[in-house]
Amino acid sequence: MQRTALYTKHLESGAKMVDFAGWEMPIHYGSQLQEHHIVRTDAGMFDVSHMTVLDLEGPSAKVYLLHLLANNVEKLKEHGKALYSCMLNDAGNVIDDLIVYHFSDTTYRIVVNAATREKDIAWMQQQIAPFDATLTERDDLSMIAVQGPTARERVLGMLPESHTEVASKLGVFYGDYLGDWFIARTGYTGEDGFEIIIPHAQAPEAWDALLAAGVKPIGLGARDTLRLEAGMNLYGTDMDETTSPLVSGLGWTIGWKPESRNFIGRAALEAQKAAGVPQKFVGLVLEGKGVLRSHMKVVCAAGEGETTSGTFSPTLGVAIALARIPAACGDTCEVDIRGKLHPAKVVKPVFARNGKSVLN
Amino acid sequence: MSNIPSDLKYTKSHEWVRDNGDGTVTVGITDHAQELLGDLVHIELPEVGTEYGAEDGCAVAESVKAASDIYAPVPGVIVEVNEAVQDSPELVNSDPYGDGWMFVMRVDDEDAMDELLDAEAYQAEAEE
Repeated sequence: MQRTALYTKHLESGAKMVDFAGWEMPIHYGSQLQEHHIVRTDAGMFDVSHMTVLDLEGPSAKVYLLHLLANNVEKLKEHGKALYSCMLNDAGNVIDDLIVYHFSDTTYRIVVNAATREKDIAWMQQQIAPFDATLTERDDLSMIAVQGPTARERVLGMLPESHTEVASKLGVFYGDYLGDWFIARTGYTGEDGFEIIIPHAQAPEAWDALLAAGVKPIGLGARDTLRLEAGMNLYGTDMDETTSPLVSGLGWTIGWKPESRNFIGRAALEAQKAAGVPQKFVGLVLEGKGVLRSHMKVVCAAGEGETTSGTFSPTLGVAIALARIPAACGDTCEVDIRGKLHPAKVVKPVFARNGKSVLN
Repeated sequence: MSNIPSDLKYTKSHEWVRDNGDGTVTVGITDHAQELLGDLVHIELPEVGTEYGAEDGCAVAESVKAASDIYAPVPGVIVEVNEAVQDSPELVNSDPYGDGWMFVMRVDDEDAMDELLDAEAYQAEAEE
């Protein structure tokens, strides 16, 4: 099992460690619920060093990404601007979702998931062959996500003075280099904050400085409930190589225009759209008591579907889920929990952001 | 190490059993079990009057992580349930052997009590 550079820091903070995609990672440091609330109300940090950082360079880097990604990197005009995209196979289904940061048309940084590292790199290297560009895995880097309403001010307080100006001016969904650090105003919780990518050797010291700045360590358990409340998809459960973005609530990430851009999976997506997308991706809120989990059967008048992620929402105090259900389903459905059908409301797939419920 | 009171009996499936001395037992889940489950968010209790055989699933404890069945430790009838844990599942985390109790059963077969583990045997089981 692999360990991140912060392994001993987790043990010092009393972490319960679990296997996550071959990495020994903290699931919580005592209470997942408390950690969840800390991120919604104050500031918490996650070790996400298991994620995969790739640097892309070369004269054809942009043309390569225009071919590789379903979203359109032409949207990236400014230094440091980030874009969320799916990487599709020829069937129009999702190989992975990722974030790409643009520095110039020849220089990009890409962050992909941990569990998909090998297949992603294999696919990306296979596709890059005809292009004059090089993709390099940066396994020398650690990654710490600091999230919550007070996250930015706490990070700005611990940065060396020479770096505070750049970091404080960083817009939402932008990243920039601070010497050999990289800092981005991105995250996976529905809260403001930074993701910091730094050399392994500096990670433990940065972690301690963040602890001293009042940022609490948060485990991957709370990371999952936070992202689910924020309506952010998790690769491998909400979408995978058998589902397209159109049935995964990710239609908004497809860069359809210009029609001449022939990205991988485009033909299959167009065919699916022309034939009529049979399913929709929604949020569910359980009406009574209980907990929703992934892969529970959903029943409505128009047919059956399935939850793709589910949990008890600490912010809302009710069970919530993301689900793929027949397109014709209305405002209500029933979920099969251990053989009994329980009524649930069908809502947009986002539940809480910036500390508050977004349900009306 | 988790707390395992010596005056209670235990099951391999991590229930604790308190002999009330009047033909009934009080049942909950152990400190070790609540630690494994993490923060509890929902408890499904049995209905009073329902009869269960030993090792029948009769309640469910759901944490943020997972759902876990709770089994009747001995054959018997449910005579009382702790409605407080339905409203405040965190009681099971904070006080598993006290306010976090789940239900009381009238024991049908007193001999079944002999099948339960003592604290020492449970500790060995929990450490596995």
